[in-house]
Amino acid sequence: MRKVVYLLPLLAFFVLVAWFALALRPNYDPQTLPSAMIDQPAPAFDLGSLNGGPDLSLDGLKGQVVLVNFFASWCAPCRVEHPILMRLAAEEHVALYGIDYKDRPEDARRILAQLGDPYRAIGLDPDGITGINFGVYGVPETYVIDKTGQIRKRFVGPLTESALQQELLPLLKKLNAS
Amino acid sequence: MRSVLALLAALLLGAPALAVTPQERLADPALEARARAISQNLRCLVCQNESIDESDADLAHDIRVLLRQRMLAGDTDAQAVQYMVARYGQFVLLRPPVEPATWVLWYGPGALLLVAGLGTVIWLRRRSGMGAPASVPPLTDVERQRLDAMLRETER
Repeated sequence: MRKVVYLLPLLAFFVLVAWFALALRPNYDPQTLPSAMIDQPAPAFDLGSLNGGPDLSLDGLKGQVVLVNFFASWCAPCRVEHPILMRLAAEEHVALYGIDYKDRPEDARRILAQLGDPYRAIGLDPDGITGINFGVYGVPETYVIDKTGQIRKRFVGPLTESALQQELLPLLKKLNAS
Repeated sequence: MRSVLALLAALLLGAPALAVTPQERLADPALEARARAISQNLRCLVCQNESIDESDADLAHDIRVLLRQRMLAGDTDAQAVQYMVARYGQFVLLRPPVEPATWVLWYGPGALLLVAGLGTVIWLRRRSGMGAPASVPPLTDVERQRLDAMLRETER
């Protein structure tokens, strides 16, 4: 009995080490916040189009599994994820929609003309209110919205290849099958 | 000269530096005071350790303006806070509410202190008990004589 008591500090130490190891694991960013909107209906929006087409609205997206990507021409990490978005649209045929967050339309048009436009349609959110309604706290952010208009997942920061393979594509497959 | 005076007045009489810009403030002082009080407890999601009242981040500005719009539209304090929590989760509150998920946070330190205090009390009791066990037999006459002799020896 005595000996067991003497082992307790050692045990506590290992618990602490495990805790620290968990917090130090690679790809873990303690500043990434969980979304309050998961499994909640996406906030309604009706945004003017960047390219002069019809408005981009939530109601218009219902019935399909979509990816909504908040981006801006002034956002450097958006450039990092841009090739992945291009590939998603071209090779994976993902229904990718863009929301141009607090940006000048002419800047967004110029940058998309330079890099290529992966989006099926782009809505303008000049005052960032749609972003706030989604809980966006920094671009880029990417939301998976299912056929019924519910938010199923949020990616904060640029999409990475591993996030794509391990999380996004399996989720899209599952949602499309249901 | 007048511009120098104006500058001096601005420097001396100006309020301490605030992130809240004059354009953001509401005309109604009572409403503005409520908005200030709420925004001091709302976390800036970008800086994460500042309130939106103190932060210069763009998003903090947007949320300050939005908060004031909500208050002008007639939201109560609780409704305005709930509006932000619905979008950003409870992380947006700098003072987390007491609920099962935050019990460890609120009561953990107290519980730890209690456990440590109890442990210390038990340990101290046991130690003082061991220092004077009741079963030690009193000195015999021979031992007492030897002890007296030793004490006399050292006194000399």
